[in-house]
Amino acid sequence: MEYTTPNFTKDMIHTHKILIPNMAVIQFSLMQAALEREGYNVEVLGNCGSEVAQLGLKYVHNDTCYPALLVIGQFIDALNSGKYDLDHTALLITQTGGGCRASNYIALLRKALVKAGYGNIPVASLNFSGLEKDSGIPLTAKLIRKVIAAIFYGDLLASLRNQVHPYENRHGDAEAMTQKWIKTIQGWMHEDKYYSAHDMKRQFEPIVADYATIPVTRTPKVKVGVVGEIYVKYSPLGNNDLEKFLESQDCEVNLPGLMGFVEYCVANYTITQHLYGGNAIVAGGADALLGYLDSVGEAQNKALRKHGFYAPGSFRELMKKPEGIISLGAKMGEGWLLTAEMIELVEGGYPNIVCAQPFGCLPNHIVGKGMINKIRALHPEANITPVDYDPSATRVNQENRIKLMLAVAKERLENGGKDVAPVTAADLAGGTPKVETAVPAGI
Amino acid sequence: MRVGLDIGSTTIKCVVLNDADELVYSTYERHYSHILEKGHEILARIEKDYLHGQKALLAISGSAGMGLADSCKVPFVQEVFATRVAANRLAPGTDCIIELGGEDAKILFLTNGTEVRMNGSCAGGTGAFIDQMATLLKMSADEMDKAAQKATRTYTIASRCGVFAKSDIQPLINQGAQAGDIARSIYQAVVNQTIAGLAQGRPIKGNVLYLGGPLTFSTVLRQCFDETLHVKGTCPENSLLYVALGAAFYADEAFDLDDVAKRLDDYSATSTYASLPPLFASKQEYEEFHARHMKATVPCLPFGADVGPVHIGIDSGSTTIKLVVIDDNKNILFTSYQPNNGNPIPLVRQVLTELYEKHPNLKIASVTTTGYGEALVKNAFHADYSLVETVAHFTAAKHFMPNVDFIIDIGGQDMKCFKIEDGAISNIFLNEACSSGCGSFLQTFAEALGYNVKEFAALGLFADHPVDLGSRCTVFMNSSVKQAQKDGASIENISAGLSISVVKNALYKVIRASSPEELGRNIVVQGGTFYNEAVLRAFEKEMHVNVIRPDIAGLMGAYGAALHGKSKTAEGHISSVLTLEQLKNFSQKVNTVQCNGCGNHCQLTINIFADGKRFISGNRCEKPVTGKATDESLDLYAYKLSLLLEYKPVAGKRGKKIGIPLCLNMYELLPFWHSFFTTLGYEVVVSPVSSRKLYQEGQATIPSDTACFPAKLSHGHIAELAKMGVDLIFYPCMTYNVDEGLGQNHYNCPVVAYYPEVLAGNCPELEHIPFFYEYIDIARRKDFTAKMPKLLDKYLPGIPRHEVKQAIDAAYAEYARHMALIRQKGEQIIEKARAEHRRIIVLAGRPYHVDPEINHGIDKLILQQGAAVVTEDSISDRVQPFKTTVLNQWTYHSRLYAAAKYCTTQPDMDLVQLVSFGCGVDAITTDETREILQAGGKLYTQLKIDEITNLGAVNIRLRSLFAALDERNGKM
Repeated sequence: MEYTTPNFTKDMIHTHKILIPNMAVIQFSLMQAALEREGYNVEVLGNCGSEVAQLGLKYVHNDTCYPALLVIGQFIDALNSGKYDLDHTALLITQTGGGCRASNYIALLRKALVKAGYGNIPVASLNFSGLEKDSGIPLTAKLIRKVIAAIFYGDLLASLRNQVHPYENRHGDAEAMTQKWIKTIQGWMHEDKYYSAHDMKRQFEPIVADYATIPVTRTPKVKVGVVGEIYVKYSPLGNNDLEKFLESQDCEVNLPGLMGFVEYCVANYTITQHLYGGNAIVAGGADALLGYLDSVGEAQNKALRKHGFYAPGSFRELMKKPEGIISLGAKMGEGWLLTAEMIELVEGGYPNIVCAQPFGCLPNHIVGKGMINKIRALHPEANITPVDYDPSATRVNQENRIKLMLAVAKERLENGGKDVAPVTAADLAGGTPKVETAVPAGI
Repeated sequence: MRVGLDIGSTTIKCVVLNDADELVYSTYERHYSHILEKGHEILARIEKDYLHGQKALLAISGSAGMGLADSCKVPFVQEVFATRVAANRLAPGTDCIIELGGEDAKILFLTNGTEVRMNGSCAGGTGAFIDQMATLLKMSADEMDKAAQKATRTYTIASRCGVFAKSDIQPLINQGAQAGDIARSIYQAVVNQTIAGLAQGRPIKGNVLYLGGPLTFSTVLRQCFDETLHVKGTCPENSLLYVALGAAFYADEAFDLDDVAKRLDDYSATSTYASLPPLFASKQEYEEFHARHMKATVPCLPFGADVGPVHIGIDSGSTTIKLVVIDDNKNILFTSYQPNNGNPIPLVRQVLTELYEKHPNLKIASVTTTGYGEALVKNAFHADYSLVETVAHFTAAKHFMPNVDFIIDIGGQDMKCFKIEDGAISNIFLNEACSSGCGSFLQTFAEALGYNVKEFAALGLFADHPVDLGSRCTVFMNSSVKQAQKDGASIENISAGLSISVVKNALYKVIRASSPEELGRNIVVQGGTFYNEAVLRAFEKEMHVNVIRPDIAGLMGAYGAALHGKSKTAEGHISSVLTLEQLKNFSQKVNTVQCNGCGNHCQLTINIFADGKRFISGNRCEKPVTGKATDESLDLYAYKLSLLLEYKPVAGKRGKKIGIPLCLNMYELLPFWHSFFTTLGYEVVVSPVSSRKLYQEGQATIPSDTACFPAKLSHGHIAELAKMGVDLIFYPCMTYNVDEGLGQNHYNCPVVAYYPEVLAGNCPELEHIPFFYEYIDIARRKDFTAKMPKLLDKYLPGIPRHEVKQAIDAAYAEYARHMALIRQKGEQIIEKARAEHRRIIVLAGRPYHVDPEINHGIDKLILQQGAAVVTEDSISDRVQPFKTTVLNQWTYHSRLYAAAKYCTTQPDMDLVQLVSFGCGVDAITTDETREILQAGGKLYTQLKIDEITNLGAVNIRLRSLFAALDERNGKM
């Protein structure tokens, strides 16, 4: 049986409303503004609730990854809602390409649409890998630049919000500030302003400075980093509102930015060429693009540091982190980036980490659970807990494991960061710290 | 005063300490899900008896206590943390704690770097698991322990999780294994599971402390731990109360317990859990539903005066034994439906004897057996026919609805669904190990909550807000129930939720249907579980279609068998079944032995009957029965393995030994690398073919318990290689596979591509042996040739470039030769099979499915059915690239699609797909393969395999496939 849905064509830009699944909330709300300015009529879906997962279960093979289930469930739930003119609605899905099964989301979506009786809904693919040439969303250079800007600004707001919120003197200040800046930047997007690298580099500082005006009391709190499969890492729908839960436990949360994933995808062109050969021009182009992105990223980091906020190192520095732990050749799914982010977090003062993954996520067997042992051997303070997400995993189970990780973290915090009775490895997915105490002979 | 409250998944524990921290009161009771009521009751009791208005320091712990603690504003202590607090005080000097609870297993290392390990969500259910198993054996937990003390042997039971173990145990029960032996095997499985899942390479030694219910109550379980770990662990005083004690020690905030109890009541009023619409909107709707289903009946008549001729059908199922007697007009004269209590033989004997005695002139024309135990019962009682159960069910369903196009049967352990087209079974769905046990799960759950299954199910009919419990597997349901209980769901709503979950499991896990049209419009539902009206209703509601549930829903297999016997029997025929006299003298002796005929080491159960007739079960091949080895000339799997085993070490000029683990993609690339290094002048040593022992050798270092079994096995291969004195272990990472031009790309799956990284990070052996796991792409021959010398130089310096080039050429040539040999042999087998008029089965998997430890001898099972076995890679070059619905980007899976496509052009060729549990890629490929085959008018059969050792379900599936194929060809 063929599962074909109409391709997304250029003229649909003006006739169709494009639905986008939600993931990283702040970043996506800015992207929406960028797309609107370019003439796209888009809506980032906000529908959640148990119906979404139910529909996903119904129309997608249940052993497929949870993100596919949720994204497709969210689309079908939206189409079912009656809110949209079905003759003028299209769906946009991102495709990363590569050996992970996530490259197949679009095929699964088409299959599900046909099964659910929405075979007439066009599906557009957003990818940079040359897949789905006929239905790729038409991208102008300007739009790409604006999307990139939306991610940069979004990452910055998310990072600032997370670094201020736990310490604010008046509850709600950081959130209000974030909402204000989302509006402002959306305005920029609509007015075609400040999306060039040059402008961005100038705008970062005033934003950071504004957050720095919020009165805070910096009592030490447990600092938790979140890494994982990209969708469950960011999407509150996918991770049972993990960020909120951690905040409710009085933690400072650090979600490494979405731009890291974009840069990772770009960097892989160069790495692949380097490892196996191939088109050197493409690789060189990718490297140049990475340089451009990284220069913007560095400007952002500088602005953060200037006002006393935490900022990670540059992306090229991040690429050095996995050395001795995992090769940069591991490029499926989140690949080496996930491992690199864990190390970056541990070294950056966020030794407590939730590694969020969909149940049975193949790349994460390798780059997540598979690497924890090595990371602990090098960084005994690493306190990492992998958490599985899927339609039937219960919140109580997930939160119980996270709480165990937090209990260890709190104990250390109370010991002034010094491990009196060091609980070196916190939790389930385990792995022994490899630094076996080798007793020298003759003592 | 200090009070610690520990609310676990099945029990509630509470301690009261006086100001000198002495235990003045403790309680340990099952809460039967009435967490809030129990909590209230206990707190009120303590207030009344000990506190008298005084405040006490209070903390709450336990997996079910978390949300509850939050909402009544009492400090919560994570339970592992609490255990540690208690152990530091009460048992100083402890090195390691093993604690098994209702659903959690934990290991705490206290000395030399404290570490805490908790089971992942997939291995849930240890105490609850033992409870379930005890129920299965019809014993109390105490009786099970007693029985295990008398055990003489231990069976291998899968230790991944409770559901898997259950699938292993049920057939053992059916084969007549001794209850005591099974009981001990269950404890041993718990031990293996705990150690494999949690120790992860860290040795457990020194002073070991055993805590929690199961370890406190079962001496055999402790003994199994002692023996496996070579330690002498202690189960301390108050071993059940450590978490509660830890919470009490930790408590630093004073509360008035009456206040807390009151807050619990408020909490129960705010029940907020995900709920589903009720099953019935009104009483009237129920009445109509009930009346509609009362119509599908078979006339039941008393025995006639001439008592015959009658036909008897016996369905020896996994948990029950069903027997139906019909007359020549298909009317039912007698039925019997009983739990088999672990051994069907005495029950059948008893029922037959009673029939004879009540009806002295009984003329039995035929006896037909079906179900799990069909062969055993047939042999024991000399029945006339036996029938694979799927066909028996279809035969019975046809009687109720001649135009039936879909049958779903939910029994105790199995779920079977078949689609019928043109009067023949066109598609079979059997549940995988992962969703098994759903029928009996309802029963065990009901019993655990103190109800019988009927009462329990009836409770759910009028529930107002059924709990949404998800549908992944029964272990997950357990914890969903836990969550719902925490959120204050009533027993009625839990009952309804469980019934709905069982249905969803069937629909979305097994059938994978999204609309009623897909199933067909004429559906017959059957199996004992559908007597449960809540399940029946949930099914109709979920699918929006009215179905037929025969009044003999639980007897359909037996009825179908009887009908089959009737249709086969000529008038005047007299059954060969044992006479009353023979029944009286009947005896059964059961022996179990391990067959050592080959590497499979099948666990054989030998039944010896009064007439000296022996019946052997548990075998994969005919060797233990006939004494002859299976003819492997039609088995491409055996040939492929034999090709690989020919790559022997050849001492070379460079003197060093290169070790290659025979795992994952090495099952295809061994010829390539063997030739490469041999040409270079190295001696290539290959790890031995996988075995159970090899697996166990490496299982402690596996970091992700949900990875696929083939990947997990590689840890054992590394461990073996380390013992073989190699100078370097070679196992490169390969993002890309070879490119055969069949798809849009030629990736490996992430696990195959990067598993060497996991080995490097987790196998302690690799700390001392150089390990080559560089990234290599052999699809780009030129680039590979240019880059390889440099990579090699890091590990084996000084090899001249031209020699490497030479070796690479030799490697590609050898690989090409190897693949050509496979294809030639495939062609030969196909020709031979055609000449002998045999069916050809394409047993499609990946190269590593050739590993006998992975395929469990399924190729042999197919040969036993008289068919020939070829592989996907032997025929994948016979089709042109074609468009697939999904992104066709993995080389191994491109072959699969191509093989499926080729099958559709060959009338005598059918495909069976092997899927390893946990293979995420196969979630995508199975649907695609199914569609390719169905579009070409072929049946699709999938066999999901893991470390399971029992092949009962696989056998049924294969036999059903052959029966369906025969039926299609009109051979029946």
